[in-house]
Amino acid sequence: MITMDLLAINFSLGLEKLLLIGAIITFSLIVAMYTTYAERKVAAWMQDRRGPNRAGPFGLLQPAADGLKLFFKEEIIPLTSNKTLFVLGPALAMITAMLTSAVIPWGSSIELFGRNISLQIADVNIGILYVFGVVSMGVYGIMIGGWSSNNKFSLIAAVRGASQIISYELAMGLSLIALLMMTGSLSLKTIVQQQMEGGWNIIYQPLGFLIFLICVFAECNRTPFDLPEAENELNFGYHQEYSSMKLGLYLFAEYVNMFISSAVVATLFFGGYDIPFVDETALSLSLGANTVALLGFAALFAKILFFLFLFIWVRWTIPRFRYDQLMDLGWKKLIPLALANMLITAVVILWLNK
Amino acid sequence: MASLTNRVKVLEQKPMSFMERLYLPAIFKGMAITFSHMFKKKATINYPEEKRPFSPVFRGLHVLNRDEEGRENCTACGLCAVACPAEAITMEAAERKTSEEHLYREEKYAAKYEINMLRCIFCGLCEEACPKDAIYMSETFAPSNFTRKGFIYAKDELLIPNPVTDKEKYEIAKGLREAQLKNK
Repeated sequence: MITMDLLAINFSLGLEKLLLIGAIITFSLIVAMYTTYAERKVAAWMQDRRGPNRAGPFGLLQPAADGLKLFFKEEIIPLTSNKTLFVLGPALAMITAMLTSAVIPWGSSIELFGRNISLQIADVNIGILYVFGVVSMGVYGIMIGGWSSNNKFSLIAAVRGASQIISYELAMGLSLIALLMMTGSLSLKTIVQQQMEGGWNIIYQPLGFLIFLICVFAECNRTPFDLPEAENELNFGYHQEYSSMKLGLYLFAEYVNMFISSAVVATLFFGGYDIPFVDETALSLSLGANTVALLGFAALFAKILFFLFLFIWVRWTIPRFRYDQLMDLGWKKLIPLALANMLITAVVILWLNK
Repeated sequence: MASLTNRVKVLEQKPMSFMERLYLPAIFKGMAITFSHMFKKKATINYPEEKRPFSPVFRGLHVLNRDEEGRENCTACGLCAVACPAEAITMEAAERKTSEEHLYREEKYAAKYEINMLRCIFCGLCEEACPKDAIYMSETFAPSNFTRKGFIYAKDELLIPNPVTDKEKYEIAKGLREAQLKNK
């Protein structure tokens, strides 16, 4: 009977998930589009300038103009490059950037046409491991792009990118282990639900959050960790030989990555779709479950926007690390700190449970 | 080593304290500074809509002047061309006929008068050299064109509008000129 259930193809469930996937991908692409606009605007404001204000009201059509420009540019594939890999690079970067959104709970669930639709594509019980796996794949976009370009700058950038992401992934994983010891679950939905009841994880894991945040900056190749694309030393690094929309995909993947990383940070440490200071179950009785689910999504989105702003804010404040300083910070500071954090958390948990 | 001047400042090179080595306080301080800049007055001027106020001695594109009766002031003496360090001005003189007394103020006039705006360095020496107050520099600037030839301004582009036949345009141009002179 159970096997029959598993084998039976549930068409409405499939359609529901397909629509959800489409909605989330469209949403993250639009957000990424306007993050490029926000980046330029915020950068301008922080430098006492005005930023783009010619295309449309307040320059709101600027991202569309940029995208259109990239589409119309001539596409150049260098003669000496490895063509298959050269095309594969940006595609991989984009795909891995989009994949992570599958396990993030974007909200609780809504009732539509008599169906209870969960606002999460897949509630995998190894959600965080999945995120880590996909994020590690992201380095292939950089490595393949840098290698296949057959250019020294690109190659150096690829090597830098790979070593940076591997180094910071360690500290990232270690900082999360402390969190997982507390939650006892790898499912992102469970983690959010626990935070709704027991307060946000940032209260219990401030050090873990700090380490995780720094590592997220490094994983996204954002300043101060943007060594793989350092304009002024490596000529844009791994995307130096790219042109047209292939370059666009690389640049865009960075913004999608930022969006998804912000969502992961908000989910793990800031309660995900939890509305602060509000009891959701009491609210859903008076407003209805659907409204509360949408409000929860709005709360998550507000948290994501804050982190996106933080990404931009930090970029226009802090200069880039030197390569040895980067490695120093990763291996000699963050990893021992994360280990200490793990140890302290373990001791406290054991002590409270005695 | 004894210092050569009394302005030497000895740098203290203490090892960094723990708080300094954390870097985070410094980073937060920097972020506070950049955040405060978001609300400061912008230095940019939205050019075509907004224009920067000019100084009274601003030197823009040239204008050839007329008197109140609409007669050209220029007598083609060539002093401006001689004064021009960039050799941007060329002219050809001609003698006024009796029937042309309403067009030119004196017996001699410039039949051809050209300024190459690509050569011109807008130094204003032509304006200073002119004994007849025939050439002056306006507040118009940033000429644009599709060809290099288009930057050679002939008389039809340089002359101020005729105060007799084209009074309205002349008043506008004159107003600018008057304000300029008053400020000088």
